[in-house]
Amino acid sequence: MAWTRDQMVARAALELQDGFYVNLGIGIPTLVSNHIPPSMDVTLQSENGMLGVGPFPFEGEEDPDLINAGKQTVTALPRTSYFDSATSFAMIRGGHIDLAILGGMQVAENGDLANWLVPGKMVKGPGGAMDLVVGVKRVVVVMEQMMKEESKLVRRCTLPLTGQGCVHRLITDLGVIDIGNGGFMLKELAEGVTVEQMKKSTAADLKIGL
Amino acid sequence: MNKICSSAAEALKGALRDNMVIAAGGFGLCGIPEHCITAIRESGVKGLTVISNNAGVDGFGLGVLLESGQVKKMISSYVGENKFFAELYLSGKLEVEFTPQGTLAERLRAGGAGIPAFYTRTTAGTDLAKGKETRVFDGKPYVMELGLKADLAVVKAWKGDKEGNLIYRKTARNFNPLCAAAAPITVAEVEELVETGALDASFIHTPGIFVQRIFQGDRFDKRIEQRTLRKRG
Repeated sequence: MAWTRDQMVARAALELQDGFYVNLGIGIPTLVSNHIPPSMDVTLQSENGMLGVGPFPFEGEEDPDLINAGKQTVTALPRTSYFDSATSFAMIRGGHIDLAILGGMQVAENGDLANWLVPGKMVKGPGGAMDLVVGVKRVVVVMEQMMKEESKLVRRCTLPLTGQGCVHRLITDLGVIDIGNGGFMLKELAEGVTVEQMKKSTAADLKIGL
Repeated sequence: MNKICSSAAEALKGALRDNMVIAAGGFGLCGIPEHCITAIRESGVKGLTVISNNAGVDGFGLGVLLESGQVKKMISSYVGENKFFAELYLSGKLEVEFTPQGTLAERLRAGGAGIPAFYTRTTAGTDLAKGKETRVFDGKPYVMELGLKADLAVVKAWKGDKEGNLIYRKTARNFNPLCAAAAPITVAEVEELVETGALDASFIHTPGIFVQRIFQGDRFDKRIEQRTLRKRG
């Protein structure tokens, strides 16, 4: 047993705190916005130039001039502001964003993250990820723990790095793992997942901090 | 000085040559200078280096300049939406300088502001920092990045006046103001060209000094890449 994608995303939403400015990465992390408690005041930043990202539009109300960083149509909120890309990354690099939730392809026990390139195969580019990981106060990665038979939690990344020593916490389908001075530290297990299974699915040492 | 032109072709007349560097505004397909891109395609100019966050999609946006073989090199942050781009790149037919999005924005900003280089934490310790000067500030490594200038910028705004003052709409602003300042000749295409004085001067995003030629586009396609919707009720 493991968490479904939706359960992973719901768990990731528990990382949010009242008053936070948050950047959500493209793909699974974007879904975290569906799980923000109504009582919580969280402002989403989208690096294409928007602070205060609202929900998807109703049919007929979509606006080609109003998209998020995943190029999805979104809506504005009363608090929304728009700005150019340099200002957007001043927020990001300048340490003004509290939390980034990003996807990953590999995370190493020293906090290195790889999520932008598979040499010779996948060409997408880093987008804003390399800026986010060095500038945002806290970086949480949400990803499946395994890629086919291989663990994505490794001693050292074999894929080209997005950033060095930048990941604070990992949320996978199997549980929650923190990264500190001593490497991976298991904090929570998904329902039905054993410590043994978690260890087997981690290609590095795993301390148990449940 | 008359900055007003009747079309993209007229605005770009004399401004295009082979092997030049063009900065193009837009994020994905949002806020792209679609009329200028069409006119560049029709001009047949080639060997271009294009600075743009993305490379359009197959068949639209900058994708059309890739398909026509007019682009030699892209300086971009993310090109994941363009399959043809991936083919060109992986087969070595297209040179790409991957630049993180924030670094790309700041390089353009610096280029337009007369700053030749700056240091950023971004890419420190990654392959993209290889060969670049690094320096330690407050115990952390920073990478030196160069300001970017283009020979020509093509940008898209919502409203503009005859002086070249521009106002962008919502997230269609993105890289447009940065590109506008980073080239000696900037061509702006706008949805609405108004009389000088009709725009509120307190709300102008790009002052006219950064715009040399301006025209009103006759019909904007403004395609949506990912039409995501919420259900009613």
